[in-house]
Amino acid sequence: MAPIAIDAQALLQSTYSILPEILVVATALFVLFVDLILPEENKRVLCGVSIIGVALSLFAVFSMGPARISGFSGAVVHDGLGAFFEIVILSACALTLLMATGYSEWEGTHKGEFYSLLLLSTSGMMFMAKGTDLMTVFLGLETLSIPIYVLVGFHRNRMSSIEGALKYFLLGAFASGFLLYGIALIYAVSGTTKIPQLAAMLLDASLAGNPMFLAGAGLLLVGLAFKVSLVPFHMWTPDAYEGAPTLVTAFMSAAVKAAAFAALIRFLLLALPGMQPAMGKILWILAVLTMTVGNLSALRQDNVKRMLAYSSIAHAGYILVGMVSGDVLGGQASLFYLLVYAFMNIGAFGVVMLIAQKEDEGYDIGNFAGIGFRYPVLGALLTLFLVSLGGIPPTAGFIGKFYLFSAAVKNGYIGLAVIGVLNSAVSIYYYLRLVVYMYMMPAGAEAPAPRPPRVAFSLALCASAAVVLVLGILPRSVLEFAERSVLSLLM
Amino acid sequence: MGFIDSHILSLMTFLPLLGGALILCLPKGTDNIVKIVAAVASFLPIPLAARLWVAFDRTVGGVNVANQFQFVEHYSWIPSINVEYFMGADGISLPMLLLTALVSFLAVIGSWGIKKQIKGYMALLLLLETGMMGVFASLDFFLFYVFWEVMLLPMYFLIGIWGGPRKEYAAIKFFLYTLFGSVLMLIVMLALYFNSVNPETGGHTFNMLHFMQQSAHNAWLKDFDVRILLFLGLFIGFAIKVPLFPFHTWLPDAHVEAPTAISVILAGILLKMGTYGLMRISFPIFPDVTVWFAVPMAILGVINIVYGALCAMAQSDLKKMVAYSSVSHMGFCLLGMAALTPAGMVGASFQMFSHGMITSMLFFLVGVVYDRAHHRDIDGFGGLGAVVPVYTFFVTVAFFASLGLPGFSGFVAEAMVFLGSFPVFRTIVIFAASGIIIVAAFHLWALQRVFLGPLNPKYAQLEEINAREIFCLAPLALLTLYFGVNPMPILNLMSTSLIKLVDVVKMVI
Repeated sequence: MAPIAIDAQALLQSTYSILPEILVVATALFVLFVDLILPEENKRVLCGVSIIGVALSLFAVFSMGPARISGFSGAVVHDGLGAFFEIVILSACALTLLMATGYSEWEGTHKGEFYSLLLLSTSGMMFMAKGTDLMTVFLGLETLSIPIYVLVGFHRNRMSSIEGALKYFLLGAFASGFLLYGIALIYAVSGTTKIPQLAAMLLDASLAGNPMFLAGAGLLLVGLAFKVSLVPFHMWTPDAYEGAPTLVTAFMSAAVKAAAFAALIRFLLLALPGMQPAMGKILWILAVLTMTVGNLSALRQDNVKRMLAYSSIAHAGYILVGMVSGDVLGGQASLFYLLVYAFMNIGAFGVVMLIAQKEDEGYDIGNFAGIGFRYPVLGALLTLFLVSLGGIPPTAGFIGKFYLFSAAVKNGYIGLAVIGVLNSAVSIYYYLRLVVYMYMMPAGAEAPAPRPPRVAFSLALCASAAVVLVLGILPRSVLEFAERSVLSLLM
Repeated sequence: MGFIDSHILSLMTFLPLLGGALILCLPKGTDNIVKIVAAVASFLPIPLAARLWVAFDRTVGGVNVANQFQFVEHYSWIPSINVEYFMGADGISLPMLLLTALVSFLAVIGSWGIKKQIKGYMALLLLLETGMMGVFASLDFFLFYVFWEVMLLPMYFLIGIWGGPRKEYAAIKFFLYTLFGSVLMLIVMLALYFNSVNPETGGHTFNMLHFMQQSAHNAWLKDFDVRILLFLGLFIGFAIKVPLFPFHTWLPDAHVEAPTAISVILAGILLKMGTYGLMRISFPIFPDVTVWFAVPMAILGVINIVYGALCAMAQSDLKKMVAYSSVSHMGFCLLGMAALTPAGMVGASFQMFSHGMITSMLFFLVGVVYDRAHHRDIDGFGGLGAVVPVYTFFVTVAFFASLGLPGFSGFVAEAMVFLGSFPVFRTIVIFAASGIIIVAAFHLWALQRVFLGPLNPKYAQLEEINAREIFCLAPLALLTLYFGVNPMPILNLMSTSLIKLVDVVKMVI
């Protein structure tokens, strides 16, 4: 056997292409080590170290620019799309870590494991966003999932936390199986797992019509649909979201969704033209079901955390509307929405966390009565985030939804757009219901004061609010970035 | 004056917002400063409106010709989808801008007595004014939609927080009704966007004036069935706001629960947005469908007139009565517009302006008595004329103006509507005329029950109307009277544009 020639240049380029991931993983390992030697009262340092690591990684993404850097024989690629999603995921992670400064104190998650699991999961997401090989996507998904299973169950003494973790783990294991089996079937037919090659082969009609390939693509879709919790693969979501420590819920709802959508977008935008019209119809049905079931279920929730969990399902449906459209505008709309969603949803969870005080019963909607006037800043922030989630101008949520639905109308899916906007109108009802409690209901007699946020926590909330407002009024630059990212994929 | 003249519409729109932001920055316990800032911020648009009045060239039409608009501001906003910051005024929008400036200022003064959370209240009221001004000044559909939606939330909070006993219900009902209308509008807007082009650049556009060029529409948008659907989508969106039967049920609830000044804004300005939207957007973009739909519109208008008046007569709550009288009066607007004659169109527009002033007076007056007696039951008073003569005087003026007595602006408007619509729809207009009698009946009947007859001893010590309240009412009463005797200044302001609008719509037949 001839020795494998090592091409130093290629190795260097490959390493460079995953520099942001390397930084995150290195920080995760560093945190784990330092945790061993750090005395208990100084654990807070770990949070700071993690934030620095994420910031460095974010800096690396920005300095690498939009240029296309392919690595490891085409297993990963750093391109516009990858960079965009890395920014979304790292921002979500950074917001989560900033909020952890306060949250960890009162929930006792100031543990090295917490931060390093969070970072490892983030690195998995980033690999998913960059993976151009289905195997990379699968590995990313597993790296993402396993730490998240643990994080959901991090509150070892709370039944709901353990229940949520177990449900998520069991169903998630199945989903991974589906995904892997789908990849196997696709490989069996086509002989490759590289997404660009598959897309090229799909234009050839024989592969697109091959039942085994279609079964493979379907299974792949199911695996990813599980992670973004599309209906009917959403059963785990409310329980896992409600059971998980709220901070983890916030992180999952934004970052996991973004990562899984990154893989979906990469696969669908390239491969969809070859799989029309069957795939388009399937996505149409999934989008309608997801929006409608998510919103209708959220209508009846009295637990704010659970309400936000169902609303998060509905938002996955909106984002899928962009995928159904399947063109540049649709992709651009989905990207923009995922970014905006990360900020508004984590922001909303952040305020809710401060008000609720304790897990489970603290999230009852009655606890929010009268908050608006007693704590005007918190009330105004939560209202802003909810209004943005509902898609009312002049917030970023409106611009995002506007783009999604305009992509649908542009491609002739007027029915889908109508269902979408009606859903959006339904969602306003339950978002405003919380606002009604905050501003129009008298506070209970022994209503406890919200926790005073730490500086970093306030910073995270202010940053989210600023993003929601600025992108609502001046969305231009980010929209153009999203457009370039999609175009970089299609080139 | 250079900067002010070239940005006058933006200044009118955003100065209140600036005032609102300033109010939010004030520390606690500065309620008086809050009130003064609010009064100043809402007063500033009035001199600007006066400037508009003076500088406005009454000989050019506007409607669908870009270079005939005045005080234009035109910038790119979101270039990737060609959204523009495009503001301008013509004879359709100018009266509404004047009305908004006046009524908003009076509403702020009328809210002087608010005790609860005055800071939040004034900030929201000023944000609301920004939304309203923006709606009347926008010439880009996207911009229009943004302002339209921006208005929703402050209104929702103002009703929901400062309202009466069933405020939550009324607020959410108002919000959901209007939102349902605006999502329909959004879909139509998108359909227009993707199926028409800007003739100058060849790209898609949200510019309303481009939508009005029928040559800019593609084949799909030229299909008459599609046009009917799109027109109806917009129509329902606007009809909810007017509100037209059968979409009117949110209005009585919202009015009864809303605080006085908010009712004033709601009836005085917000309702006009529906009819304004029809004139500004629906008619010129879909002239052929407008002609096709004229008779149903006229019938809906008459239903509003008669049904609204009958409902008003049946009310025992004074405020609810006034609310239903708005439903009736807005029916005249629709009837006049549907006739598609110059007199009808001008009458409709004048009715919007005149009703804005009259109904504002009515709601202020209801608020005055409610503040003192803490109820509004028409049968619960009696003989108040002897106790509060000044108040009675103002109520009598407002009621007579509202029932269309000659000498008040309402008469001129309604006469013009009848004049314009009778040659077109004879039978329908005869039914509408019967509405006049019912309108007169319920006004006089209410007047009689509240102010005449034996004095209810409970109210023998009722406090007379105070100077601040007179300050809110007097300008409205004087203007109503002045424009009733001499309507030409307002008619001159709008007639060129409205005659052009009729031409634009009629051209297609």
